[in-house]
Amino acid sequence: MTAELNCLGQRCPLPVIALAKKLPTVAIGDIVRVLADDPAAAVDIPAWCRMRGQEFLGSPAPAAFEVRRIS
Amino acid sequence: MQPAYFDAATAVPLHPVAKEALIAALDEGWADPGRLYTQARRARLLLEAAQGAVAQILGVRSDEVTFTPNGTEAVRAAISGALAARKRVGQVLVHSAVEHSAVLHAAGEQSVSVKVDNTGRIDSAAWESAIDQPGVGLAALISASHEVGTLQPVEWAGEVCARHGVPLFVDAAMSVGRIPVPDGWNLLSASARKWGGPAGVGVLVVRKATRWVSPWPHGQGSLDLPAILAAAASLQAVHAEAASENARLSALVDRIRATVAATVPDVEIVGDPGQRLPHLATFSCLYVDGESLLHALDRRGFAVSSGSSCTSSTLQPSHVLAAMGALTHGNIRISLHRETTSSDVDRFLAELPGIVKDLRAEVGM
Repeated sequence: MTAELNCLGQRCPLPVIALAKKLPTVAIGDIVRVLADDPAAAVDIPAWCRMRGQEFLGSPAPAAFEVRRIS
Repeated sequence: MQPAYFDAATAVPLHPVAKEALIAALDEGWADPGRLYTQARRARLLLEAAQGAVAQILGVRSDEVTFTPNGTEAVRAAISGALAARKRVGQVLVHSAVEHSAVLHAAGEQSVSVKVDNTGRIDSAAWESAIDQPGVGLAALISASHEVGTLQPVEWAGEVCARHGVPLFVDAAMSVGRIPVPDGWNLLSASARKWGGPAGVGVLVVRKATRWVSPWPHGQGSLDLPAILAAAASLQAVHAEAASENARLSALVDRIRATVAATVPDVEIVGDPGQRLPHLATFSCLYVDGESLLHALDRRGFAVSSGSSCTSSTLQPSHVLAAMGALTHGNIRISLHRETTSSDVDRFLAELPGIVKDLRAEVGM
């Protein structure tokens, strides 16, 4: 299952906050795809995953970032 | 409430010795050192004494030291002059990904950025491979990061450059006056306001064996001699105080790093824990907007800097934090100086957790 979060046009840290609120609502193993075009998102979404122990899967398309819930 | 100024990495408050020297120099050093009359000879002697003082502290010859109108101008002159002398070899500038923006702006079209690890130190294999390419005109490495404090392996990087016949430029703005700059470089820049001298004085050093074409073939134009004299006098003063000040500030920085990590949840302490500048601490707080944090701290009397995108005019996050893969939002840099007291730091550490908590509550975190 992949859930999508549309954060286009939002400035950091808003996309990261949206991700932090969304991830606990999906099942462990599921993926959240964040759409975010703020230039800081490309750094801050992987950094959030590292700090919170979640898995950053990469950026499958420009301004899109995928995170798997692992805990 | 006594305001606490924690942005020494931008500008240190004028050192008392700089103030005294500046006032004296306004009477003594106002004449043009290039003229031939008595007042000018006096100015010339004072300028030479200032060059000598700076040279002695940097361990170079007096005639290798040039003063510039600011640190950025010294960076530009170092890079453009060194590349101009290497036209036949190549014009590629190899630089670390964490250079000051003044270096990146002076880099021109042909530049190669060398990646850093998560502490901000250059990747040694990537540095060697970048220097070992044809067409490299110059390499640039910051002595210590102005944003996260991590020291770079300047001497090692210089050895790699020397093996390939590439000159090395070191932006030593963060180190000069505080810690020794390692050997192995050909050109160096520094800025007086980073050590407690006046704004408006930069230092450029070009070592004797280095090929360099002056960007001022017809002379630099008049410089602010009183400010230069004050810069040199204050450099001697801070150099003399450096050992005790470094021990004091380094202990405060250790306390900041440890206490922030322990009292603020979801925080990332950035930069190398050991190999770093004595006076600078950087951290990023999850879910907090850097600009809001900076303003909230300012309202409580704390002047700090931030690498978060919302605090920059371009709305880009700090290229230094991005290169390290460090969290860029909610970022705060605290840089201390001789007027910073232990109680300033205590008050900051007591107030920060509540400020971060309130800002997070506003966004439902």
